[in-house]
Amino acid sequence: MAVLTMAKALNEALRSTMEDDPKVVVMGEDVGKLGGVFRVTDGLQKDFGEARVMDTPLAESGIIGTAIGLAMRGYRPVCEIQFDGFVYPAYDQIVSQLAKMHARSRGTVPMPITVRIPFGGGIGAVEHHSESPEAYFAHTAGLKVVACSNPVDAWSMLRQAVRSDDPVIFFEPKRRYWEKAEVDTRAPDDPLWQARVVRPGTDATLIAYGPMVRTCLEAATAAEEDGRSLEVLDLRSLSPLDLPSVVASVRRTRRAVVVHEAPSFIGIGAEIAARLSEELYYEMEAPVLRVTGYDTPYPPSRLEEEYLPDLDRVLHTVDRSLAF
Amino acid sequence: MPDATALTEPPIPSSPAGEVPVQLLTPEGERVSHPEYDVDLTDEEYRGLYRDLVLVRRIDIEATALQRQGELGIWAALLGQEAAQVGSGRAMREKDFAFPTYREHGVAWCRGVDPLELLGLFRGVSNGGWDPQEKRFQLYTIVIGSQTLHATGYAMGVQKDGAVGPQADGSEGEAVIAYFGDGASSQGDVNEAFVWASVYNAPVVFFCQNNQWGISTPTDHQTRIPLYRRAEGFGFPGVRVDGNDVLASYAVTRKALDDARQGQGPTLVEAFTYRMGAHTTSDDPTRYRLASELEAWKLKDPLERMKSFLYKQQIADADFFAELDADADALAARLRAGCLQMTDPAPSAMFDRVYAETTPLLQEQQAAFEAYSAGFADAGAVH
Ligand SMILES: Cc1ncc(C[n+]2csc(CCOP(=O)(O)OP(=O)(O)O)c2C)c(N)n1
Ligand SMILES: [Mg+2]
Repeated sequence: MAVLTMAKALNEALRSTMEDDPKVVVMGEDVGKLGGVFRVTDGLQKDFGEARVMDTPLAESGIIGTAIGLAMRGYRPVCEIQFDGFVYPAYDQIVSQLAKMHARSRGTVPMPITVRIPFGGGIGAVEHHSESPEAYFAHTAGLKVVACSNPVDAWSMLRQAVRSDDPVIFFEPKRRYWEKAEVDTRAPDDPLWQARVVRPGTDATLIAYGPMVRTCLEAATAAEEDGRSLEVLDLRSLSPLDLPSVVASVRRTRRAVVVHEAPSFIGIGAEIAARLSEELYYEMEAPVLRVTGYDTPYPPSRLEEEYLPDLDRVLHTVDRSLAF
Repeated sequence: MPDATALTEPPIPSSPAGEVPVQLLTPEGERVSHPEYDVDLTDEEYRGLYRDLVLVRRIDIEATALQRQGELGIWAALLGQEAAQVGSGRAMREKDFAFPTYREHGVAWCRGVDPLELLGLFRGVSNGGWDPQEKRFQLYTIVIGSQTLHATGYAMGVQKDGAVGPQADGSEGEAVIAYFGDGASSQGDVNEAFVWASVYNAPVVFFCQNNQWGISTPTDHQTRIPLYRRAEGFGFPGVRVDGNDVLASYAVTRKALDDARQGQGPTLVEAFTYRMGAHTTSDDPTRYRLASELEAWKLKDPLERMKSFLYKQQIADADFFAELDADADALAARLRAGCLQMTDPAPSAMFDRVYAETTPLLQEQQAAFEAYSAGFADAGAVH
């Protein structure tokens, strides 16, 4: 057991899959010598060489497009997109090619590609460095989309994502990169596509993923002082969505609040609300409520605290839910 | 263990004669001539260029200090690239239009953008600041390469407006300049901009500051031939200029812009220069480059050579330099005070101007946001 930051846990996960499988290659901007701007690939080029850890030219469409070709040739690329806001030049390759290849080749051309994307706000960055584009990808058939929230999951989820024969868009909450936890690298992995109750409770379920899991845990702790028992469910996988776990939790608490940084309109929260209303229409005490970023461009960083869901907004919405 | 898949590194093809950058001022400050390029400047204009170099560097140093003191979230320094930016920026004529990246503080200065606007951007109080039409200087673009297409489209508009070639009012027409880096040269957008500009013969100059690095990635990871030679394959001229020579940068850009405004289409200018600082204040270049490289480039400093030229040619005297230093101090003091006084925008401003015609969803969210925030203000008030 070792105490690792999330960045280090991801780094160890890459290292272990590269050791296990010589076909795993890491590619992206500044991932080699620099070790990535968040140091997630630190030391990998030194240990595995430039052929397996590639500092690519500066072009995201090129990164994903050539990863697709490498996959066709039997490799298992792990691509890093430097920041959330820079994935869009690769959007065509991801949506039109990566996502559809398995189906149109009738399974003869699998796409075991992982696309790692640091996402979300809260670090005081300039424009395009704080976005939450997960819904664009979750909306696309053929892609699997996950988001880790803590070092333990970061380790086990990334290893499984790389081993998966499907393309996985792997979101990493950049403001949580430096949070630490004990990681047991010999423990059996939790299944990648399963949500997890990270804090049990009885009065309402907070449903979150990535950076907002921590926010929800803090909200649940604060609520406890007011005699409220909130359950926190970490989705971990956004596509596929572990609906049975979501339904099981809300069936118990009968109230659900979905929390994400991404805007609300046509977001992950909207899908969960729709599914819960189908599954638990007669059992819920309140409509599914959402705490999200607003439907505006991500604001200049001096306003980001106003934009991002925080403990107060979560509790405020829980109050509304309980008032029904 | 030998790795069969290791990259074999072919040598970069040897340079043909044209590879020597256009230079009008040696690093020692000697004025040299070039068969194709020259400048015809008055003493006052020479002093003006030096003044720009000094003030721009001072803006940059002050901004770096402000970031270190926690007043800015981040700063992308132009240290070392002053001559490329001031030379090209001053080469623009009044109606010309520039499309910058995030590092063009020197060009912004030449276009009359108040440096405080730049500080506001990096402080996180705005995503823009100035009026691009008024300054004829577009907003900074952070997504690498995008602005080269915008510049090309704008130039196509200039062309459609008949604003290329001699004008009724006796002027020479308009031209557009797109700034980008060596790293950006790999982006699809930049290559598409080259295609468009070439096919439509658009009046645009592509000004690439090859500062040798794209964060930690050296230029030889982006290209195997000198960047200016890319132009040939797209069907327009390319020229490499000493980007640390303000006179050559001015002369080459002036010629390229004038060619464009006269209907001769695009030119790619590669300004060969060096990023003397970190990529941004978040970056640590000791992880990927040798200190000796920086030392070598310090000998080619763009300010030093212009200063010795002014001295040697007796274009400027000690009084001029002393006055300029005082002006730089005053500018830095104004920026510091202005930055410290900068207030954050009203939170509900984030809902403003998302659309030309707002939507019910946004109005509803804004109202809810304001009610929620007011609840906090009430709760905090002493009754
Ligand atoms: C599309 C996109 N991908 C990645 C980035 C992150 N990034 C910011 S600057 C930079 C390097 C740019 O290098 P270059 O074009 O040489 O310009 P320089 O920073 O040297 O001025 C990168 C990769 C970005 N801003 N946009
Ligand atoms: Mg560069």
